[in-house]
Amino acid sequence: MNKVRKKWSRDDLQLFFLSLPTVLWYVLFCYLPLFGLIIAFKKYQVVPGKGFLYSLMHSEWSGLENFRFLFANNRETTVNMFVNTLGYNLVFIVLDIVLPVTLAIMISNLKSRPLAKTAQTAMFLPHFLSWVVVGYFVFAFLSTDHGLVNRLLTLMGAAPVKWYQEEASGYWPWILVSLHIWKTMGFSMVIYLAAMKGVDAALYEAAMIDGAGKWKQARYITLPMLRPVIVMMFILATGRIFNSDFGLFYRTTRNAGSLTGVYLTLDVYVYNSIFNNPRPVYGYISAAGALQSVLGCLTMLCANGIIRKIDRDNALF
Amino acid sequence: MKKEKKENAVFQEVSSGMEKFNALRPGTNAAFSGLFILLAILCVLPVVFVIIISFSSQASINKVGYTFTPAEWSAEAYRYVWHLRDYHGFPTVLRSFLNSLIITVAGTVLGLVLITTMGYVISRKTFRLRKAYAVFIFIPMIFNGGLLATYVVNAQLLHLKNTFFAIILPLACSSFYIMVAATFFRMAIPDAIVESGKIDGAGQLRIFTQLVLPVSLPLMATVALFLTFGYWNDWYQASLYLESSRHDLFPLQYVLVNIEKNIQFLANSDMMTGGQSGELPTETMRMAIVVLTVVPIMFSYPFFQKYFVTGLTVGSVKE
Repeated sequence: MNKVRKKWSRDDLQLFFLSLPTVLWYVLFCYLPLFGLIIAFKKYQVVPGKGFLYSLMHSEWSGLENFRFLFANNRETTVNMFVNTLGYNLVFIVLDIVLPVTLAIMISNLKSRPLAKTAQTAMFLPHFLSWVVVGYFVFAFLSTDHGLVNRLLTLMGAAPVKWYQEEASGYWPWILVSLHIWKTMGFSMVIYLAAMKGVDAALYEAAMIDGAGKWKQARYITLPMLRPVIVMMFILATGRIFNSDFGLFYRTTRNAGSLTGVYLTLDVYVYNSIFNNPRPVYGYISAAGALQSVLGCLTMLCANGIIRKIDRDNALF
Repeated sequence: MKKEKKENAVFQEVSSGMEKFNALRPGTNAAFSGLFILLAILCVLPVVFVIIISFSSQASINKVGYTFTPAEWSAEAYRYVWHLRDYHGFPTVLRSFLNSLIITVAGTVLGLVLITTMGYVISRKTFRLRKAYAVFIFIPMIFNGGLLATYVVNAQLLHLKNTFFAIILPLACSSFYIMVAATFFRMAIPDAIVESGKIDGAGQLRIFTQLVLPVSLPLMATVALFLTFGYWNDWYQASLYLESSRHDLFPLQYVLVNIEKNIQFLANSDMMTGGQSGELPTETMRMAIVVLTVVPIMFSYPFFQKYFVTGLTVGSVKE
């Protein structure tokens, strides 16, 4: 214990000052909002003429009332948004591991290096585009009047579809999942390719000498070596299972009212409640945010716990 | 010497024979190649499509819709976009472009400072607060205040509304990149460098800026690249903190959000050169602005790519 109490060295002090701006940033932009989460447990009311902190301090505590209300008041919407958030995320978690790992192994085995490089560069492009821009791409294809898809449908003698209306809501889950894959694939692939670079070449040589073909090498060397990264990506993804990629759901659907049932996730709900609602009730909205954080953290702890049981070395903590 | 060469040659022969044995079968290779060519095209095609649309004439679109083979080519969209003026007679879209540029440059510089300093500090094994800092930056990775609390703090407590700071500050730092930076410094900077600096009497600031940073180019390029695109692509912060009346502050991405339904706000009526605002080729103009937003990204990221694979690879090795 005494050791800990030793005086700060000059070095410590200098390093501390070097880190001070970042510490300040964290306090202002991470820890203050975290503190603001107590709105969820209060009956927040703005005191006229006073600032946010004053209002917060002088609002009554309401316990879990806000949470109860979130579920009781508009049950249908709440169920809808939880089902959507979890549903999409489960699909994404599976696809985000299976597809990039498969493709990374495939691309690393291509004979033509230039082709592999070019394909990788091209597939990375969508990662650097915003959902707003992607929304316009989608519109170019799906616009009811001028979209390419409807034109092709008409040419083939089929009836055009009003893509941003209720009648197309059956297609949108597929569209959203495809868009997600399209946008994230290149980046995830690079993560796995980077991890594959760290694999000792001697392992492959040994396998070759033992007569293992490409398939066996992938199965018995590459995959096991990628396991730590896969597990890490999996655990991190479970922590975000109650969050959603807001832009994907909000922008590519153009926030079309009649499609709400398809893209209403927790984030969309919170955003709409704050900005597209004439009288936002801060308590419920904050309750939704708090649920996201707490449930996400719990899921992550669970996932990590399960991984610990079956594969101790690769658990995150 | 000679013998060694000979051995080398033999070894090469063996290994090239092994390569041949180890390669994919031609059929499989062709199938894989085909798949990746297809995927690459799928990823780039929409951009090409939008570029083509932006160079079609409005008449062509009215006739055949959005198509890869327009009936008539035209650059009128870009002409109209250029002639959109604000009350001061300044091109509206150019102003948004400049806004995006200012936000991107300022944000990237700030973010680089915040991320690399903290990464460096955490990477120092002797630092007293090392453990505390690790927890301090890890907690925000799992817990956050949610949109509402964040919004209220930024808007009502820090008064960032309707300023560039509302976009620059919240996006400047991230625990993930601090961890990447810390790992990079730990792996790539030998303690000896830091110690030699100390012996020469340099303080930590000097060691960091003059000894450590110059050899950390791949890391800096990686972090800078992701910050740059994060800022350039931001529309979300803008939509939260910029009021719809403050067009003069809009970055390009947020202009795109706003013209989705109505392009008129870009043209302040009488300042429209030509004056026929009723006949604006709105659809091609939208796509022209999309192109203006995307092209800088498209042409810059391949140049950075060689750096960021190194940066990420070194930085992502698990301890």
